[in-house]
Amino acid sequence: MDQEILTNLYVFMLAAFIGFEVIRRVSPLLHTPLMSLTNALDAIAIVGAILLAGEGRSALATALGTIAIVAAMTNVVGGFVITDRMLKMFKSSGPQKQGHP
Amino acid sequence: MIRTEHVIELTYLVASALFILSLKWLSSPVTARRGVRAGEIGMALAIVGTLLHGGIIDYKWIAIALVLGTAIGAPLGFVHMTAVPQRTALSHAFGALCVTLVGTAEYYLQAPGVPRFTMGVLALEVILGSLTFTGSLMAAGKLQEVLPQRPITYKGQNLVNLGLLAVAVGIAAILVGNPALSWLFPLIVILGLIFGVLLIIPIGGADMPTVISLLNSYAGLSAAAMGFVLNSKLLIIAGALDGASGLILSINMSKAMNRSFTNVLFGAFGQERVKAAG
Repeated sequence: MDQEILTNLYVFMLAAFIGFEVIRRVSPLLHTPLMSLTNALDAIAIVGAILLAGEGRSALATALGTIAIVAAMTNVVGGFVITDRMLKMFKSSGPQKQGHP
Repeated sequence: MIRTEHVIELTYLVASALFILSLKWLSSPVTARRGVRAGEIGMALAIVGTLLHGGIIDYKWIAIALVLGTAIGAPLGFVHMTAVPQRTALSHAFGALCVTLVGTAEYYLQAPGVPRFTMGVLALEVILGSLTFTGSLMAAGKLQEVLPQRPITYKGQNLVNLGLLAVAVGIAAILVGNPALSWLFPLIVILGLIFGVLLIIPIGGADMPTVISLLNSYAGLSAAAMGFVLNSKLLIIAGALDGASGLILSINMSKAMNRSFTNVLFGAFGQERVKAAG
């Protein structure tokens, strides 16, 4: 097998285990914010979309890439904004450990 | 001398670390907001790093698309709190659309000489992407009550669904055998789109958040698949993190709601069992 593919598989495996471990003990209170944060992170596909739209390899690629950036950027902006708003609400209604910044 | 490629790789490295920290910090209420910041900075670094790529010859469309996406995305971030689940589902649909479009374009750019491994991963990417796209739209529609919330079930539903998925995988296998059969590629996308709809039809409103989290996991996996195609460790890491955390989150959520995870996965079964139990 190609060395590059093999390295990528190792990276995938390790990252998947890290994903399991960091989330495993999340409090149910944070399920919804966590979901919208990971939703924002999903949009990392924007990296592929930007390259596609900018490299000008074909008219089709540029068009699809442009639409893909719009879709992913929507996801990024909306996802982060809503997660932050949700967490702000927690601070004011939940037990206060520290004052507002 | 510092070369641009090195700078790009370093920003990607830092972005990957920030994504891990972001998830870690978000799992405790005390550090949660720091987690969002880390995620934001990570994403900004990833985007800026990508914009530095030497291969990019034209920034016009990128700039227009970034502005347009921000303009559409910002209002989506300010919906009422009660609409958060359907907003998240809609947002998944956008992310999945991005992955599907990039995968499709990548295939037609490389066809007919697509290497076999790349072909297999591309097929996986567009199947997961397209089913997440329509599945998320269906979930958002049901939650927003645009579509009937009642689960729709019929005899042999799971058989039909699995059969459809099997056909899609079969076509993907043929393409791996002969990547030049480019007329087959749209078929996979169409089958994925239909499968996404059928997957959500039998699931009721109460199980929807769990399903949305599962769709999140699929979207993550398809992003990781894109990482294999583009040979990008950043995409693989972010995708794998999402794939794993989405899966564990949906398992946790179904536990918290006292639902069996397999029942949520195969909604039709679950519905029958609930009826039988009382």
